[in-house]
Amino acid sequence: MLLLEKNSLTEEIEELVNLMGHERSSLLPILQALQRKHKYISDFAQQEIARLLDIHPVEVYSVISFYAFLHSEPHGRNIVRLCQTITCDMAGKDAVAKAIERELGITFGQTTKDKRITLEYANCLGMCDQGPAMIVNDRVYTHLTPEKAVNILNEIK
Amino acid sequence: MDISINKSPRQGAVLFSPYLRGEGIQKALEIGRENILFEIRESKLKGRGGAGFPTATKWMLVAASVAKEKFIVCNADEGEPGTFKDRVLLLEYPELVFDGIVIAGYTIGAKEGIIYLRGEYEYMLQSLEDYLSKMREDNLLGNSILGQEGFDFDISIRLGSGAYVCGEETALIESLEGNRGEARNRPPYPVNTGYMNRPTVVNNVETLASVPHILLKGGEWFKKYGTDKSTGSKLFSVSGDCTRPGVYELPWGTKISELLEIVGGENAKAVQVGGASGSCIPRSQFDRTLAYEDAATGGSIIIFDKNRSMLKVLKNFMEFFVEESCGQCTPCRIGNVKLLEGIKDIERRNYTFSYINKLKDLGRTMQVASKCGLGQSSPNAFISILENFKEEIFNYNGFGGTNGK
Repeated sequence: MLLLEKNSLTEEIEELVNLMGHERSSLLPILQALQRKHKYISDFAQQEIARLLDIHPVEVYSVISFYAFLHSEPHGRNIVRLCQTITCDMAGKDAVAKAIERELGITFGQTTKDKRITLEYANCLGMCDQGPAMIVNDRVYTHLTPEKAVNILNEIK
Repeated sequence: MDISINKSPRQGAVLFSPYLRGEGIQKALEIGRENILFEIRESKLKGRGGAGFPTATKWMLVAASVAKEKFIVCNADEGEPGTFKDRVLLLEYPELVFDGIVIAGYTIGAKEGIIYLRGEYEYMLQSLEDYLSKMREDNLLGNSILGQEGFDFDISIRLGSGAYVCGEETALIESLEGNRGEARNRPPYPVNTGYMNRPTVVNNVETLASVPHILLKGGEWFKKYGTDKSTGSKLFSVSGDCTRPGVYELPWGTKISELLEIVGGENAKAVQVGGASGSCIPRSQFDRTLAYEDAATGGSIIIFDKNRSMLKVLKNFMEFFVEESCGQCTPCRIGNVKLLEGIKDIERRNYTFSYINKLKDLGRTMQVASKCGLGQSSPNAFISILENFKEEIFNYNGFGGTNGK
């Protein structure tokens, strides 16, 4: 990471900490804000958060590794989460998943080479009456068909 | 947004009955704390998340505490497979939920309410924040609410990050405090040492949404619906093999067969009541009733018709638990993996009955030895599906049979 990038990340984290507070209870909101923007929380960011909240960096890593929606490794610009739980499964999630994999040339858990999309499975998205469902970043798509899902993903940049 | 509005008929005399924003709060301030607690106790309202703890008892314990700071937390981390009633309540009936939180805050003497919204529902964050702003404008939140001197209260929204176990109340509190969402030992309960070690009431979204109606119409009225031990009505999230999935309000005590008729699922061979952690009820028991004392549920109803392989259903459930177990205690961390391996063995037709029986024993051990509700309830599906569908799962059909496909 370039020094310049480091400096700007530090500034960003300082701003977040000032906004959300120096308490331990602010840790999750801070991580969520960084995750939303950068799609992952780098080692350097973790150290900076730890420094500013006055906790050990391993505490930060430990929290990140616990939550499915927080990442410590680089991800694509868009994170796609396809629901794999029972009713979406019954409604044809497998066909949707395979169509997406073929179209993007990657499997679930991977990121496209151009860093455009990371594919992930999610557990129950609460859309059981309208499945199969997926979330792209923070937008929900329901009643997916293989074709519809692929069209949605081809639209995003 | 790509979500259809809840199309199910808005039947239901309780939650889906007419309500004007702020009405419940007004009434609460008029009648005062004692009478609120009286009405809630009269109504015999029990927690709608599934555990069914009497709401009035929880509130009284915290109300009676002399601690300087107290909290009311609304558990909107509905992660149970097949549950989506909170989505409908928060998107379409926010007035009930938020008024319920304000009333709870007033009753127990809290100044702060927190909604723990599951990360999967981040898309509704903006509309909820907007709603809270409107409440502040109308003095339903903020200082001296509706002119009541000394009643200052506000609500903040905190997001989860995709951990099912955070629906367990002590794990939820850990998460709010900025930790891994690992359940605490209980006792002590959150009513004594909850968020920030302060007395805390943690209530399900639907529980809080019931409160304004109870205050307006009285506990006696609420009790008219449902059964003796399960009063009032319940929101059922219905999905799976039926023609009209959606959220339905039905009185407790409704028979499973009656519900299936309403939602167009008469061809079901089985119904999973209570989500992945609930139990699977075969057709022969469809005259059982949905109630705390019979087939208890937090509202998840998943319907399977005759073409579904119950082994695949079970495998999906166990994969869910293997992923969602927080790993803190051994019975749950290892147990779920072992149960899933057993299912894969059955799938490959590479099992012995003595080992399957050992796995069932393991399941029963998990039910008593796991630290929190996740591991205590994850073997339910394993045990009930293998028991109720053993013919389908273990008996090969004769020549040309399609079993196990």
